[in-house]
Amino acid sequence: MNELASLVDWSRAQFALTAMYHWLFVPLTIGLSVIVAIMETIYVRTGQERWKGITKFWMTLFGINFACGVATGLILEFEFGTNWSNYSWFVGDIFGAPLAIEGILAFFMEATFIAVMFFGWNKVSRGFHLASSWLTALGVSLSALWILVANSWMQYPVGCEFDPAQMRNVMTDFFAVALSPVAVNKFFHAVFSGWCLAGVFVIGVSSWLMWRRRNIDAAKSSMRVGAWVGMAGILLTLWTGHGSAVQVARVQPMKLAAMEGLYQGSVGQSLVGVGILKPEASRTPDYPMAFSIEIPKGLSYLIYSEGNKFVPGINDLIEGITINAEGDTVHSLSYADKIAIGKTAQQALREYSAAYEAGDKSAMDTAAAIVKENFRYFGYGYLPSPQAAVPNVDLTFYSFRIMVMAGGYLLALFVLVLFLCYRRTEVLEKAWLCWLGMISVAVVWVCSQSGWVLAEAGRQPWVIQDLMPVTAGISGIPASSVQLTFWIFAFIFTALLIAEISIMLRYISSASKTNIEKHSL
Amino acid sequence: METLSLLQAYWWLIIAVLGGILVFLLFVQGGQSMLYCKANESERQLMVNSLGRKWEFTFTTLVTFGGAFFASFPLFYSTSFGGAYWLWMLILLSFVVQAVSYEFRRKRGNLYGTRFYDGLLMFNGLFGCVLLGVAVGTFFFGGAFTIAKTNILDGAAPVISQWAPSHGLEAIACWKNLLLGVAVFFLARTMASLYFINNIGDSENLTARMRRKALVNGLLFAVLFVAFVVMLMLNTGLRYVDGTFVSEPYLYFHNLTSMWVLAVIFLFGVVAVLYGILRSAFDSRWRAGIWYAGFGTFAVVVVLFLIAGYADTAYLPSTLDPASSLTIANSSSSLFTLKAMSWVSILVPFVLAYICYVWRKMNATQLTEKELKEENHSY
Repeated sequence: MNELASLVDWSRAQFALTAMYHWLFVPLTIGLSVIVAIMETIYVRTGQERWKGITKFWMTLFGINFACGVATGLILEFEFGTNWSNYSWFVGDIFGAPLAIEGILAFFMEATFIAVMFFGWNKVSRGFHLASSWLTALGVSLSALWILVANSWMQYPVGCEFDPAQMRNVMTDFFAVALSPVAVNKFFHAVFSGWCLAGVFVIGVSSWLMWRRRNIDAAKSSMRVGAWVGMAGILLTLWTGHGSAVQVARVQPMKLAAMEGLYQGSVGQSLVGVGILKPEASRTPDYPMAFSIEIPKGLSYLIYSEGNKFVPGINDLIEGITINAEGDTVHSLSYADKIAIGKTAQQALREYSAAYEAGDKSAMDTAAAIVKENFRYFGYGYLPSPQAAVPNVDLTFYSFRIMVMAGGYLLALFVLVLFLCYRRTEVLEKAWLCWLGMISVAVVWVCSQSGWVLAEAGRQPWVIQDLMPVTAGISGIPASSVQLTFWIFAFIFTALLIAEISIMLRYISSASKTNIEKHSL
Repeated sequence: METLSLLQAYWWLIIAVLGGILVFLLFVQGGQSMLYCKANESERQLMVNSLGRKWEFTFTTLVTFGGAFFASFPLFYSTSFGGAYWLWMLILLSFVVQAVSYEFRRKRGNLYGTRFYDGLLMFNGLFGCVLLGVAVGTFFFGGAFTIAKTNILDGAAPVISQWAPSHGLEAIACWKNLLLGVAVFFLARTMASLYFINNIGDSENLTARMRRKALVNGLLFAVLFVAFVVMLMLNTGLRYVDGTFVSEPYLYFHNLTSMWVLAVIFLFGVVAVLYGILRSAFDSRWRAGIWYAGFGTFAVVVVLFLIAGYADTAYLPSTLDPASSLTIANSSSSLFTLKAMSWVSILVPFVLAYICYVWRKMNATQLTEKELKEENHSY
């Protein structure tokens, strides 16, 4: 493997490592902050001291987790510069702004009011404390907003134009970036998935308390709050997830094709409910699946709300075959065409640069016009072949299925738990249900991680859709340096994760031996 | 001054203000480096919990500082972070381990023991301060890098900025940068001593010791800082004049004297720092030293940033290729982005106001052992 390929791989690996570790902690922070704020609201409204104790119990778990989220988040922000310096320049004019706004508006809100949450019980009024808890929850969610706006922009670059004189993209419409439908959808999808995850976490821990016959009343009360937040979270996640799939079909059709393992699309395309892909070597466009259970016309209906619409597959997209509004098969730009257009744009940019050096205004204008005309596919100019624009189909296909199946399971879990919470509370104490609750904690994390694997692996090879592949976004550092920092962070984050889990388990175990409802005293 | 230049200056000022706040807040790191200096267990508890309620401010300011740089001067973000890789990675590493240490250090089941996490806090206290000082030092003494934006069109080697093979280790080895780094370290310890005096109650032994520490660390800082300032004033820097970078002896001295308001603020800041340290050391009832020294530190750091970036000065001079040097003009975001962010920056005073309000509320009474015993959440 050459040095550039190795550097790209290690840089991607390091970013994936830090992002995935970060996303272990962040959704719990997002959801648990809301749950804690709701519990404290109940305490303030009812005046029952038991709710103060319950609030503090969950708040302690929130605090342990919060620290790890902060630690892993720091690396992520700076990695854009340290490992993706080309990218930082190429789109810094757009990407940096959300990041700075996030720092100013969200991080300080979090940092300020979380101190009141933990240490302000005896220093500020009850109302001020409650407001601080809600402001912390708001700050936590806002912290997710801007980074997701930035991430969405990378998947669907809007509100910008390329400036050949500066060799970078510049922002032209802030609101197009901040309020892009992809960004809005992604934000709510991520935040609501955090509610869902935290809801399962509360159910899981409460289940353990009931299984050990400790603090059963507190566990049931907590479970009720967790189940409601989780139910709201999963319903909204499913809704925004559907919206996300529809958007992917429009702005990242290759990702959708990979999600479905679809090589040859058709009118009335079926949806693979459950399936196993053949090994890549023996995969044929017509029969890529070794086994599948499909819903007839499902994909067409899901994406276009019409069963007879055409959904293009990977090969269709490469060849530029699609269907027009009348349902006729038409040929648009093939990936080979796009590569040629990208190379034209890049060549024109070279000519612009040479004309700029020579002070030839006329040649600059001519070259700039060609760049502008062809910039839409600028990134394709870096690709060696059309096949290089295809993401890892197996990873995308399976992560999508795992996410969807786990999501369906979680919906059923919340329905069951809520039913039992109100109609058959004694069943909540049954061992089988307690185990179901505890095992579900693992399921929800797998679900959450799969979502990000799908989102990020599915958009490869692009760091910015159609404009910059990952190979062009890296820093000028030796692959061995990135390899070393990868292992350093892998070691540290793993050690921290193990410590966090250990601390949480010890805390839950020891606190449960006391009366949680009297922790307020 | 045209709008773009004005906004570039405005955003450099915001960077300077964030830098000033960050250096002030490094008292958290300074305090961490003192955890095992003759402190008994209950004193250490008071110190850790005093700092632990503020560590997030330092951390958040660092993140915002980086984010603001990315947003307003992306070419710096791209060049320095991607080039001086090891310098920034070591800084980040030291802050990553800090972030969990407060929360984990005394929790049962933390696996590695309290001393391990305290060791991480001390690691961050020492290396966080020194290396941040080194990073700021590169604003004056430069880095070994070149920039060629057309590289982005070379698919085989597309990186636009190339740094020396040591990738930031040479910046750490540069004695000029280190001088600033060590000065920042002793300043942070001085500020921590003053903060403990202000924030920790009912421990006269600790307070008295902190007054001595403020003096000793303050003197060490003063000596190092004077050496740094003298060296800086004598240093030759790069200024962008008529389309080219020109080497100018005594550049920073010229900047300071030509922008005389900055010189006045600088002197005022130095006096405030000295007053805060000296009165705290000798007036056993005075606890407000942190505010004088803190405000003075903020003022001095802001001025240092401004003389590094204003008046067409190269704030990241290239020692390999002067033409690649960065100024606030050639490294900034576009006019549109700077304008958009400037609208958002109107909210900064509001953010500062609620931070100050909450800080006052939370620090209205001094931290005592009694409070720590009553709190069910402590570090």
